[in-house]
Amino acid sequence: MKDLITREYQTVTGIAGPLLFVEKLKKASLGEMVEILLATGESRRGQVIELSEQHTVIQVLEETTGLGVTGTRVRLTESAAMMDLSPDLLGRRFNGAAVPIDGLPPIIPDTRMDIIGQPMNPVARDKPSYFIQTGISTIDGLNTLVRGQKLPIFSGAGLPAKELAAQILRQAMVREEHGTGQQAFAIVFAAMGITFREASFFLGEFERGGVMEHAVVFLNLADDPTIERLLTPRYALTAAEYLAFTLGRHVLVILTDMAAYCEALRQIATAREEIPGRRGYPGYMYSDLASIYERAGRIKGRAGSITQLPIVTMPDDDITHPIPDLTGYITEGQIVLSRELHRKGIFPPIDVLPCLSRLMNLGIGPGKTRDDHRAVADQLYAFYAHGRDIRRLAAIVGEDGLNDSDKRFLKLAQDFEQEFVNQGAHNREIEETLNLGWQFLRYLPKEQLTRVKPELIERYYGA
Amino acid sequence: MSGTIIKISGPTVVARGMEQTRMFNRVAVGKTGLLGEVIRLRGGEATIQVYEDTTGLTLGEEVADAGEPLQAELGPGLLGSIFDGVQRPLNVMAAQQGDWIARGLTLPALSRERRWTFTPTIRPGTAVVGGMSVGITQETVKVEHRILVPPGLSGTVREILEGTFTINEPIAWLDGDRSLTMLQRWPVRSPRPVAERLPPVVPIITGQRVLDMLFPIASGGTVIVPGGFGTGKTVVEQALAKYAQTDIIIYIGCGERGNEMTEVLTEFPHLKDPTTGLPLMARTVLVINTSNMPVAARETSIYTGITMAEYYRDMGYAVALMADSTSRWAEATREISARLEEMPGEEGYPTYLATKLAGFYERGGRVRCLGQTDRQGSVTIVSAISPPGGDFSEPVTQSSMQVAGGLWALDSDLAHRRHYPAINWKRSFSLYTTLLDSWFQTQVAPDWPQLRSELAALLQKEEELQEIVQLVGVDALQDQERIVLEVSRLIREEYLRQSAFSEIDAACPLAKQYWMLKAQLEFLRYCQGLIKMGRPIEQLIASPFKTELERMKETLPDTCVQQAQTMVEKMEQELGGVKRET
Repeated sequence: MKDLITREYQTVTGIAGPLLFVEKLKKASLGEMVEILLATGESRRGQVIELSEQHTVIQVLEETTGLGVTGTRVRLTESAAMMDLSPDLLGRRFNGAAVPIDGLPPIIPDTRMDIIGQPMNPVARDKPSYFIQTGISTIDGLNTLVRGQKLPIFSGAGLPAKELAAQILRQAMVREEHGTGQQAFAIVFAAMGITFREASFFLGEFERGGVMEHAVVFLNLADDPTIERLLTPRYALTAAEYLAFTLGRHVLVILTDMAAYCEALRQIATAREEIPGRRGYPGYMYSDLASIYERAGRIKGRAGSITQLPIVTMPDDDITHPIPDLTGYITEGQIVLSRELHRKGIFPPIDVLPCLSRLMNLGIGPGKTRDDHRAVADQLYAFYAHGRDIRRLAAIVGEDGLNDSDKRFLKLAQDFEQEFVNQGAHNREIEETLNLGWQFLRYLPKEQLTRVKPELIERYYGA
Repeated sequence: MSGTIIKISGPTVVARGMEQTRMFNRVAVGKTGLLGEVIRLRGGEATIQVYEDTTGLTLGEEVADAGEPLQAELGPGLLGSIFDGVQRPLNVMAAQQGDWIARGLTLPALSRERRWTFTPTIRPGTAVVGGMSVGITQETVKVEHRILVPPGLSGTVREILEGTFTINEPIAWLDGDRSLTMLQRWPVRSPRPVAERLPPVVPIITGQRVLDMLFPIASGGTVIVPGGFGTGKTVVEQALAKYAQTDIIIYIGCGERGNEMTEVLTEFPHLKDPTTGLPLMARTVLVINTSNMPVAARETSIYTGITMAEYYRDMGYAVALMADSTSRWAEATREISARLEEMPGEEGYPTYLATKLAGFYERGGRVRCLGQTDRQGSVTIVSAISPPGGDFSEPVTQSSMQVAGGLWALDSDLAHRRHYPAINWKRSFSLYTTLLDSWFQTQVAPDWPQLRSELAALLQKEEELQEIVQLVGVDALQDQERIVLEVSRLIREEYLRQSAFSEIDAACPLAKQYWMLKAQLEFLRYCQGLIKMGRPIEQLIASPFKTELERMKETLPDTCVQQAQTMVEKMEQELGGVKRET
């Protein structure tokens, strides 16, 4: 039975960083949302993260400025973090805690869902198999994205990850719309700790692309409360799950920047005096990130899908840093941007060697893309990797020290970067990408194409 | 008996009033009855790790002690099933609860309704001891399930039945009115007893050339597969689960990707066992605890899996257990240890990590089974490890390396070139090679060990030459050295590289493995001989033999063997001919 009396507690005993310690708050439940009332009448939100007989620990989702051990009251809401959902979500803009910031009234809910969500039963999952054409050769041709996949973009400070993400969105969505004949897609955009400038870039892109009415936007910008950031992706994915599995849309989720999310996670862990793992990040960061990334996929018997494109800024361009490292262990591949290519003026500056799409084989081949897709990708990888080796060698022994075959590889690596990778804003059909791939395979005699079956060489290599 | 919750912190709960409980007892936590396990006792206060999400729990809720440790159910019906980390059948859960995993559901692992045809293999009056088989039931088209007397039980069979029974119905009675059913339970954290442990002498044929030829694994051995993300750990584990020639496969997806598990789930039922042609699921048990499923259940999944593996071993089967990945299990122990506020060891892992890991790996092995002197079984462990940043100096890799008999080191540089399996032949090792040599010599060819040494020496030679090339360029090399580079490149590309997605080449039988390498090494000798006699290297590189060798792996095994044999003969003749001329 729900009490009719509101439960308010004035037993705050301590505040440390974003944490509030409250005594005698025994009725609270783990994960429950609370309201924190200041003497000024102002109210802030918090969440119960630990319970014991001595004290209850609340993480304050907003600033702790102005909070004191006296004069602060805590009110239980008797509810975990829930989100109001209805088809009217589309076209709306929220802050990082799902409060509307577009001047329109709150959503009138059709349904409410717990934002933590439950893990999808692996048995209920459906195998991703639908090819998404992003129009970008290095992705479509070599690291194919499929519906239901989570494929992060590993970027560095100052590298054009957002331009790439916007281009993927623009080109993939156009195709999706044409493909299905109806507007069954949706975009969920969750900004965490990015600047106003970056956020407005994305919003401008949505407007220009005319997709704003299919987008749901969550903004927790760099100057917004840090701890709120821990909830932002969960609100966003709850919206995505509703759109995908209740309304049957194909949802593309952009989460940017996951590095800022992880910073917030570290901050709360340090405040709780937890034993730190690598570089001060908590030992459970893998599980925590998994609870976000694993909310991508498809479900048997349901129409929609969730595809995630998280953006991860690698601190100091270091791919072994815990944030990209743990991300790579959870996601189904990665797209890696390179500072070297960026400096050469190549766009998108994708370094294909460390890139990977684990689900690629499910989305390519006859009937989906083309019969030579796998072979072209494998052979290009082998040739380009060898070309890069030769380039290193040439730096030592000089180009004159190379034999003819090596020189061909050197040229191939060069031209591959300048033409195949460097496509600019151009939108390439998959056939165009594969034909272009063959153009580079022809740099070498047929006999060297050991990763391509003879019949494919016959068909595509030419005379 | 029950206590009350006095503290909740993530998946860890402390309850008071638990004086009567025992370490590792199973408990039901709170109103929803979340499954948990006692992991620390201090006075009457018990610390409990909860296998499900604890959101919504409040202080004062009840904790009920089941009075026994977490146990796995063992009996017919395991094969072909898909369990979570605490052995709940995932498809039954999906049928009951829908597409998401709700909490507080307790389900038996094995069906109580399904009936099995039981055929006794002993007569009344026989004296039995734990581990002895009293009868059989055909569990799947492939596997005959032997019904064993549970370890620790012995007596004389008074009566034994024949017919169809559920796993709960008695099929036999011992003296003293003790009944036997087809179902038994075993605490997952305790190894099942064996009569005697035996040294490994037989390999498990994996069908992967780089493994069988260079780094073979013994039946009953332990191999670890460390590799950074994207190096193909999962592809290696899955290729083994598909093609390894063994009786039973236990595949544990421990803290890994949901979509990958879906691939396993949709693919395996349609795949055929390459040796028997029977569906792969007929020999497979899947234990799946994806990364977003509760951490504590991830910790248990490894034990649930190995307990089932030991059970089939006790029937006399060769079992292979794939754990993907042990690092996620280790991280789960770290997470729980941190919640217990234990003093951390290296990288925050508990100081007992090495002990726990060794304890798990040592549950593998080849054994003489309990209760039946002539029966032998084995549990082979292939454990994937995900070292942070791909750096093998981290504690999980290091502790595992101390106990493992083999290391298949995955390499990101090879993976970037799409050279799969990306097994680094310089770093990897197998301590089983010499133990297995005589098997390969009698079963495949007497010079198998010699081919392996030649291959290893060639790869070593190539590395040395590459260093020179890096400094002064390839033109500085003699033709004799250049041909070594050419042929070793051929062997890397055409022998060590093997596509898991190729229809023909995904699994390579031993005869084909042998003859391919034989022909390739023979080609080197042939070239070296001709160069000595003044033949220009360009002509040899363009040799039709080379082209043929390059296409060999995509040829059907029988054709390939013939082709290689003919080629070896031809090369020998030609070389001999040239020698006579000069």
